[in-house]
Amino acid sequence: MIRIIKVTNCIWRNANHTQRLSASALRFSTSNVKDRYYTEKHEWIDVKDNIGTIGISDYAQDALGDVVYAELPSVGTEVKIKEECGALESVKAASELYSPVSGKVVEINSQVETRPALINQSCYENGWLFKLELSSLEEIPNLMNEEQYAEFIKQDHS
Amino acid sequence: MSLFKLNSRPTFFCKLRLSARSYANDVKKTKLHEFHVRHGGKMVPFAGYMMPVKYADSIASSHLHTRRQCSLFDVSHMLQTKIHGKHREQFMEQICVTDVQNLGMGKSALSLFIDDQTGGILDDLIITKTNGDYLYMVTNAGCKEQDMRMLTEQLSIFKSSGQDVSLEFLDSDEQSLLALQGPSSAGVLQSVVGKSTDLSGLYFMDSTTATVCGVPDCRVTRCGYTGEDGFEISVPSDRVEAIAESFVAHDDVKLAGLGARDTLRLEAGMCLHGSDISIDTTPVEAALMWTISRKRRDERRFPGASAILKQLSDGARRKRVGLVQKAQGAPVRGGAVLFNPVNGEKIGSVTSGCPSPTLSQNIAMGYVDSRFVKNGTDILAEVRGQKIPMVITKMPFVKANYYSKPK
Repeated sequence: MIRIIKVTNCIWRNANHTQRLSASALRFSTSNVKDRYYTEKHEWIDVKDNIGTIGISDYAQDALGDVVYAELPSVGTEVKIKEECGALESVKAASELYSPVSGKVVEINSQVETRPALINQSCYENGWLFKLELSSLEEIPNLMNEEQYAEFIKQDHS
Repeated sequence: MSLFKLNSRPTFFCKLRLSARSYANDVKKTKLHEFHVRHGGKMVPFAGYMMPVKYADSIASSHLHTRRQCSLFDVSHMLQTKIHGKHREQFMEQICVTDVQNLGMGKSALSLFIDDQTGGILDDLIITKTNGDYLYMVTNAGCKEQDMRMLTEQLSIFKSSGQDVSLEFLDSDEQSLLALQGPSSAGVLQSVVGKSTDLSGLYFMDSTTATVCGVPDCRVTRCGYTGEDGFEISVPSDRVEAIAESFVAHDDVKLAGLGARDTLRLEAGMCLHGSDISIDTTPVEAALMWTISRKRRDERRFPGASAILKQLSDGARRKRVGLVQKAQGAPVRGGAVLFNPVNGEKIGSVTSGCPSPTLSQNIAMGYVDSRFVKNGTDILAEVRGQKIPMVITKMPFVKANYYSKPK
């Protein structure tokens, strides 16, 4: 349906980014857009006080179409970075969910289990999927920030 | 997230995955490509063509619109072929299962190309005995190269014995195919065909030629892939865009893509070649023996006859069945393994599955061991490690709404 060609050189690491992270994101003070980080698989994570809230991006929900079923990890599950930990199903297809970072699942959004449409309607707010207690903050700098993710999607489309 | 797997034609997609970039150059466009893009189509490569998988509406709403009113589909990626010559019927009977000689004039039938050795299904198709001096058929896009090669080979063998037959493959650059499907499609089409065509006399699986939107000699066949009343309309490609624009200008008509086409056909219990039927399945296993008439079975001369008739008398070890999920939950998709709930033995697998927009239930199609084919039998399907209860259910899942001739 939507084929996303993997762009291999887009994991973004450089000094500026790390610096900005330590100066701002690692204080985990707000749930502002600028504190949201993204994976190449189109999950986002917003970290606050060592707890990461995870969802899928607007681009992903649009590509997926109407979500009809959300399968989330169980509370207490230990997940590793990039590990498959659930799935979202639309009319057309099943899409696996991968954890953006390692940690322990501490909460799931049971609202999206009963109303999967929330993921389409509000992917960054009411349609969040699960929360992780992070094993390590060191995985965060390997993710993309808002601007990098926007650029990634552009490349993905081309 | 992994976005997305288009659930069909594994061979094509394997090919695509292996050489995504180089293959992209070979992907063709139908004459409606610009039209689709202009109307918001999300274009994806499918069976060698860039095709719209959906438009602005979600697949589910597009699906429901087709059931309630009507939708226009571009199906120009499929292969249209004319078969000419004095011995055209005998030729087609050598390669497909249909009783072509006894097919009425202006009538169409679902048919199968069969591997003569194994009885496996090479492709499914619609064959039409036109009122003109040719047969017309529509075969699957995903089988295009294989079908053309098989037909050409069979043709040269057939002609070497002095028989008169020739093939005319209609390229999508020259001839396009539209499907207008849904309960309002007859009203919509009647409003754009010439007065000389009265669609009330054209029943399900009847075919005629008509002037459509002022374009003469379009082939109009009352058939489709949705379970609804509807038409497939073959038109010259240089006029297809104007015709498509006329249809979508109608209040009842919306565009629909491959996504809705797939969920509609699954609700209608229809097979997708490459998923639900293939060279590895026979008409006996696929529950498609109804396509082979008594006369042809008695003659024992249709392609694959010995393998198929033997299997018919011995009994097939597995059968294609419909499955409905008993509770809400993860939809069961193609590839899911099926189990006997009593002892956990593996008894089959799913070939297609989706959430049904009409029924708001998850539905699927697959093959099970013949001991489990009875409607109402409880079985289990495995999705991501979970066993999901399903029940064998008669197909179609949604009642067909054809315009059939009163009996």
